[in-house]
Amino acid sequence: MSPADVWGALFDFSDYGALLALVHNSLLAGALLGLVGGLVGVVVVARDLPFAVHGISELSFAGAAAALLVGADVVLGSVAGSILAALLLGVLGVRARDRNSAIGVLMPFGLGLGVLFLALYPGRSANKFGLLTGQVAAVADVQLQWLAGIAAVVLAALALLWRPLLFASLDPEVAAARGVPVRALAPVFMVLLGLTVAMSVQVVGALLVLALLVTPAAAAVRVSASPVLVPVLSVVFALVAVLGGTLLSLGSSVPISPYVTTVSFATYLVCRGIGALRGRPRSRRAAPAPA
Amino acid sequence: MSTALSRTAPDAVAAGTGHPAAVSVRGATLRYGERTVWRDLDLDVAPGEFVAVLGANGAGKTSLLRVLLGQQALAAGTAAVAGRPVRRGGRGIGYVPQQKGLDPTTPLRARDFVRLGIDGHRWGPWLPSASAARRVDGALAAVGATGYARTPVGTLSGGEQQRLRIAQALVSEPALLLCDEPLLSLDLHQQRVVSELLDASRRRTGAAVLFVTHDVNPVLPHVDRVLYLAGGRFRIGPPEEVMTTAVLSDLYGSPVEVLRSGDRLLVVGGAAPSEHPHCAEPADEPGGWGPR
Repeated sequence: MSPADVWGALFDFSDYGALLALVHNSLLAGALLGLVGGLVGVVVVARDLPFAVHGISELSFAGAAAALLVGADVVLGSVAGSILAALLLGVLGVRARDRNSAIGVLMPFGLGLGVLFLALYPGRSANKFGLLTGQVAAVADVQLQWLAGIAAVVLAALALLWRPLLFASLDPEVAAARGVPVRALAPVFMVLLGLTVAMSVQVVGALLVLALLVTPAAAAVRVSASPVLVPVLSVVFALVAVLGGTLLSLGSSVPISPYVTTVSFATYLVCRGIGALRGRPRSRRAAPAPA
Repeated sequence: MSTALSRTAPDAVAAGTGHPAAVSVRGATLRYGERTVWRDLDLDVAPGEFVAVLGANGAGKTSLLRVLLGQQALAAGTAAVAGRPVRRGGRGIGYVPQQKGLDPTTPLRARDFVRLGIDGHRWGPWLPSASAARRVDGALAAVGATGYARTPVGTLSGGEQQRLRIAQALVSEPALLLCDEPLLSLDLHQQRVVSELLDASRRRTGAAVLFVTHDVNPVLPHVDRVLYLAGGRFRIGPPEEVMTTAVLSDLYGSPVEVLRSGDRLLVVGGAAPSEHPHCAEPADEPGGWGPR
């Protein structure tokens, strides 16, 4: 394959207008996902849960694959897998140490189940691959309705819980002393996270959920410490990644995910660079206190 | 069964204030399963009083704070804060934990961190509020933290973070400050700065201070009374009455020696390993920091 062929496979902007009409639903789904994923990501980073996101996404994939095999609704299967994983993690691992082991145990099992279901599935292979690596033009109207419904539930819950949830995530001991139900919030957030992961699996695929649920927030906290600006930036970065990635991938023969992850990674690199440049004068004061 | 040496607060802070006691504990017994942590505890803390809570690991010092925060139920007896029975969420209580080192990327600036003390526990999103901003400004100024009000908390030093925790605890204008080893992991200079800040705060605001510590020395100049917990029993009184060889030996039921070195107290214990008092570790504190 010549470099020109590779370029042609990656970027092909001929007939762009016609293609745009075809991915109308994908763009809407991406916008919903960017909004929800950017907000949830802030809490994921504050609670140190990126590994849990990965674990939940593998079980979500297994659920979606099972639904595909038995002819059920794929989003429903994906949601069921996510919620099951989130609840299992909530029960098995309250402390971070236990939680990481539980995730390490659950993740390969979920992935294995998913591969089994896909291997048994007689349909087109594009459907199989899409669940792992994302699909650009595959968001149907009914799927979009599902995504919108899930997004509404997660956004409403976040609006209600936002302040005590962040307090409990960043400083649990003092939050508990102030009467925040720290323990009860943990499983509630895991369910919200599960719903968001199930949404993401539909768009970017199970393997790359982290690019939308962790990277934007991780980038945002590098350039700001404002509790208002960080979620705003995180949502903007997530929207840029998912919408920019979708638009770049139009006309290519490659799945959407490398575009989304590359844009997402680029924003992170830029933010780390800015943070490093600005953070240097302060780092002298951050010297740890002697024990 | 031990009895309190002195159950009344010093006259200077107790007399004629007209306020209910900041803390009032009556006949309180705390059990974890079969184990009785302490029993028949009576404790009155007057507004503005500074009480150090001392004792070995497992003596129930932090548990006492958890009782007052409404996080731990008593097996018997009652506990009230500012005249009202304790409840979860500790209305009227400011809480200062030990310095833990917040993550450098914590998405909070110093003033946001202090504001958590006003409304961090309330449902809903984080909205700008002029009245909250004024109160935060006041709390920051009171602890001398105005200069780094907009600095990310995670990049501040341990001493600066503890100042902010005190501002965060005071911003809700509590009747009681509960401090759980707030000097741990601070260097000696910062220990002195934070202790003096707590002392000045309680004098200014009239908030009582219940200060759990394994080492009374950094706060000794400020302490009105000491509550010493050991082996399920307790003694309450001014430091010079409680921190003596005779009283602590009786409390532990085994020889304990209290040594005075300048204005520092060293407790050298010979009790059973499971409940030996804190051992002095002079090597940890080279040179001390002299008379104040």
